[in-house]
Amino acid sequence: MNRALAPASADLQTLADLVPPGSRVLDLGCGTGELLAHLVRQRGCSGYGVEYDDANVQACLARGIDVIQLNLEEGLSLFADSAFDVVLQIDTLQNLRNTEVMLRETARVGRLAIVAFPNFAHWPNRLAVMRGRMPVTKVLPYQWYDTPNIRVGTLRDFRALALKNKLRIVDEFGLQDGRQVRWWPNALASRAVFKLQRA
Amino acid sequence: MTLVATPQLMHFQEPLRLSSGASLREYDLCFETYGRLNAERSNAVLVCHALNASHHVAGVYLDEHGQPTPRSEGWWDTMVGPGKPLDTDRFFVIGVNNLGSCFGSTGPMHRNPDTGEIYGADFPVVTVEDWVHAQARLLERLGIEQLAAVMGGSLGGMQALSWTLQYPERVRHAVVVASAPNLTAENIAFNEVARRAIVTDPDFHGGHFYRHGVLPKRGLRIARMIGHITYLSDDVMNEKFGRQLRDAVQAAGYKYSTQEVEFQIESYLRHQGDKFAEYFDANTYLLITRALDYFDPASACGGDLARAFESVKARFLLVSFTTDWRFSPARSRELLKAMLDCRLDVSYAEIDAPHGHDAFLLDDARYLSVVRSYFERMKP
Repeated sequence: MNRALAPASADLQTLADLVPPGSRVLDLGCGTGELLAHLVRQRGCSGYGVEYDDANVQACLARGIDVIQLNLEEGLSLFADSAFDVVLQIDTLQNLRNTEVMLRETARVGRLAIVAFPNFAHWPNRLAVMRGRMPVTKVLPYQWYDTPNIRVGTLRDFRALALKNKLRIVDEFGLQDGRQVRWWPNALASRAVFKLQRA
Repeated sequence: MTLVATPQLMHFQEPLRLSSGASLREYDLCFETYGRLNAERSNAVLVCHALNASHHVAGVYLDEHGQPTPRSEGWWDTMVGPGKPLDTDRFFVIGVNNLGSCFGSTGPMHRNPDTGEIYGADFPVVTVEDWVHAQARLLERLGIEQLAAVMGGSLGGMQALSWTLQYPERVRHAVVVASAPNLTAENIAFNEVARRAIVTDPDFHGGHFYRHGVLPKRGLRIARMIGHITYLSDDVMNEKFGRQLRDAVQAAGYKYSTQEVEFQIESYLRHQGDKFAEYFDANTYLLITRALDYFDPASACGGDLARAFESVKARFLLVSFTTDWRFSPARSRELLKAMLDCRLDVSYAEIDAPHGHDAFLLDDARYLSVVRSYFERMKP
């Protein structure tokens, strides 16, 4: 996946802090490997990134990050059950056609899944739609006709999907400028974050 | 700056016991090196060759006037050299001609020291494992205890894999390009067709054609033709030749002959076959295709490839090409899965290239930059 929506570095730092030090990590849609490199160097983690884009694969190698070139639409059959302590799914789920299968797969290969995606119910987005236009923001920078985000969802939508798939929500919160938003996150945060486990 | 290559020959007196149980009492290995071995002797990279290549990996040969011989570039000159993805300014690169080959190392064209006769068909069957043992002995002689990396494409990739399995302490990285954990039935089938073409050539004489002063060129030509088809993709063949007719045919129309060359692709394949039959040895072709057939490291572990990789310590870069149907991406992914199951450090690039299996030898920017990045991060 081409992670065009690379989370701002403050958000990235907050997400990195969710990963226990020393974890075995799989980063799905790892982009240029920035987050994984941080986890390896600062938190003693190990693992692999998964990327589809040629330039990103090369960028990961140039950073010394192990990367596997794979189209996430093809699933995660390469990876065994619970092969990783943590599987990161940062800003990729909304680009995938098989979102629900991928969510289950993410929970299958990791003991802990950390999922983050743009929250469509963030108030500026609601306002834009009320005004009759699709939102164009920092987190959703695309026009409706060229967005790679083929799935738009909200924090509450995702909670429902997680429960439908019998996943246990360990934690959920909003993310805004690197801060965790725990009060009314569905309206006050541009990004939604979930920590999930198989029930 | 032009990289000048100089082949060298190393003689080995100690017998080499082979997988078959037979031994080579003494033998020579032909090799080339590029770059400088550092003081710690830690920057050596062994490059293993595939079916029809040799120790001449990179650089050019000079003629008697000290001028580069035209078209004498090594077979992986796009990959290896000063400033190339495998940079000989940083690494000491070694290319070795494998036993049984026909480019300088002991092979079927040489004399058996036990009988004084040309080996011919009596040259013992060699395996990928045997080649790796022989390469390891050469490295010992060169004073290299541990390789920074071993690298190869296709059959060369199999040797790289075999290195990490047989000498886990002696190799830090392996770059395995367009390779496979073993050959599929279809792949063995192609090899068998090629072998039958050679063996049934009346000039083959049971592999002792040297005594008769003839060469089974017809067989070799056909072997090469079928091999060549499998190294290309349908798309690239169509793009290059399509249904184009030869110029003469184009002017005068079909000859309505079953024997004459009408299409460009026929002409091209015949040319490739002729060229190959001029320089390649028939017994070598049989031996090398057999080594391909036999390679199957998982077989010692009940077919469980992940178990085979359990004691491996090397870090890997695997590369495959989307249109390669002879060593398809699916086969590289089998390797990848086994390595992931063993929690090995592995990266995998699947290059979207149109050229089929041949892509591993070609100048593709994405492919070369992936390999370059991998070597740039590697500690010499």
